[in-house]
Amino acid sequence: MSGAGTGTGAGTGAGAASPGLAVAGLTVRIGDRSVVDAAAFTAPPRALTALVGPNGAGKSSLLRAIAGAERPAAGSLHLDGADLAALGRRERARRLAFVEQDAGTELPLSVESVVGLGRTPYGALLGGPDRDAAAAVDAAITAAGIDHLRGREITRLSGGERQRVLLARALAQHPRLLLLDEPTNHLDIAAQLAALTLLRGLVGEGVAVLAALHDLGLAAAWADHVVVLHEGRVVAEGAPLDTLTPELLAEVYGVRASWLADPNTGRPVLAASPLR
Amino acid sequence: MATIASTAAPRGGRPEVDARRRARRRTAVLAPLLVLALAASIVVATTIGSADLAVGDVLRSILSHLGVPRELIGANPLDRLRDGIVWQLRVPRVLTAAAVGAGLAIAGAVMQALTRNQLADPYLLGLSSGASLGAVSVILLGVAVVLPVAAFGGALLALAATLGLAGALGAITPTRTVLAGVAVSSLAGAATSFAIFWSAEQDSYREILGWLLGSLAGARWPAVGIAGVAVLVIGLPLLLSGRILDAFAFGDTTAASLGIGVQRTRWILLGATALLTGALVAVSGSIGFVGLVLPHAIRLVVGPGHRTLLPLSALVGAVFLIWADTLARSAFAPRELPVGIVTALIGAPVFALLLARRRSEA
Repeated sequence: MSGAGTGTGAGTGAGAASPGLAVAGLTVRIGDRSVVDAAAFTAPPRALTALVGPNGAGKSSLLRAIAGAERPAAGSLHLDGADLAALGRRERARRLAFVEQDAGTELPLSVESVVGLGRTPYGALLGGPDRDAAAAVDAAITAAGIDHLRGREITRLSGGERQRVLLARALAQHPRLLLLDEPTNHLDIAAQLAALTLLRGLVGEGVAVLAALHDLGLAAAWADHVVVLHEGRVVAEGAPLDTLTPELLAEVYGVRASWLADPNTGRPVLAASPLR
Repeated sequence: MATIASTAAPRGGRPEVDARRRARRRTAVLAPLLVLALAASIVVATTIGSADLAVGDVLRSILSHLGVPRELIGANPLDRLRDGIVWQLRVPRVLTAAAVGAGLAIAGAVMQALTRNQLADPYLLGLSSGASLGAVSVILLGVAVVLPVAAFGGALLALAATLGLAGALGAITPTRTVLAGVAVSSLAGAATSFAIFWSAEQDSYREILGWLLGSLAGARWPAVGIAGVAVLVIGLPLLLSGRILDAFAFGDTTAASLGIGVQRTRWILLGATALLTGALVAVSGSIGFVGLVLPHAIRLVVGPGHRTLLPLSALVGAVFLIWADTLARSAFAPRELPVGIVTALIGAPVFALLLARRRSEA
């Protein structure tokens, strides 16, 4: 389950035909600045891949480009061997789902309606839900553990509850790849662990999960695979502890860091202090 | 997320009602009731007016015009004059009111969702001031076009100016569109005021004022045609856009990740709404309140999900405007009030009441 798990070393040169997500030469420009610069990495199936990097490294732009919300300037994206650029929007939305960071709304929709939006790529765009919608929504709500919230208004939920609702919406899309931008942001420590446990469960069911994470400790303890983004470039990729070395953390974050073992679980815990 | 959560936390710690079940129950009761109310309103409102007519006679007259055979309903009970009042004046006027009310309510709800702006109304993009300018040009300057055509043309010109201005400022975003609409509205409004100030005389002045405040006084069968076709061809498909509008409420990125072509869809919906509004404003002038406040009122009763909000708004809008217009033409008969005055007079207090009730419920 933890760090040293599946470090298969699926490298940057992974072919388009490999399962999971394969990103090659992906460049995203905002204005004339490349916020993501020729990024290449993989997110293997049945694995939780953590996308880490300092603020402004380009993590959100990268995820948005994969989700189809941003048009990349160059590069290719393959999911389970299929070229995402060649798929229509709706077909793409049936294969991958995206939970944005802080994706709130002021519209007090019921939780059930919000989860139902996950069926948008399946039904007719103008009109009612598709035939399997009710069952898919029920299953997603149960999987996310929010049965008790079904009829509540989303605007009245806590941050952790809302995160679960948005996750359920993504699950209703039946994705093979789930993208999340800072899914533990603003959550208390118990809610963070609950969210990660939920993601591990999805991984166990065969979904590839790619999550941008700020917390390197959580990334090391919970992810199978880590991708380090620095100034728009992928600077390292691999099994967490092999990748997040003290040398790399010094270079990328400018901190002096060492990994300790959690006395309760043996999982890695990060101790960091400023360089100098 | 934390900030949103804290501002939206349950107020007063009262147990929260199951929003979904409440909304569903209300929708299930309201929808058939409103359809019945609409049918009844059309017939009853037609009987109201200076010439006293019985409901049964009006109904039989309408049915005979609709081609129901004599053997079923007997001969048309009305004499020629009264039959003319019913079929040439009142029926088209009531139907126009229904179409305009439904259309404005739909257009307002869609516009509020697209711009994510609670104060958005159908006339937001300069449509009503453009239409007014077109209409005033006809009334005052004797431009040789039929009034609805001039109003529609003015509305489209204003829309084009708004979108052009928004586009010239950079990527077209909802906020830029709204701001550009404000600029275009002000300019067209100034031009209209100038034209009135410069050349209005007693007679034309009242005609213009009636138009600026919204009026169905001149609505005959051609008006039914324009408003009706607009509502059927543009309004009905818009009714089905509820899920897209719900998705837009979560922002462009989420909408895109759900498989919606965000930019294209937004402009199709915006264009359709503007065309619908342009057609309505051409036959009725700019009638305030309906498009702005009515969707809010419905939201307070059945919740914000657009899939129920849009059809219910349309039904309530139709019934509401039928009765507002009936009041406008009969309250001070033979003088007529512009219906825009009535919609605001009735609507504002009703809305305030709903707001107060919502507060005590929450």
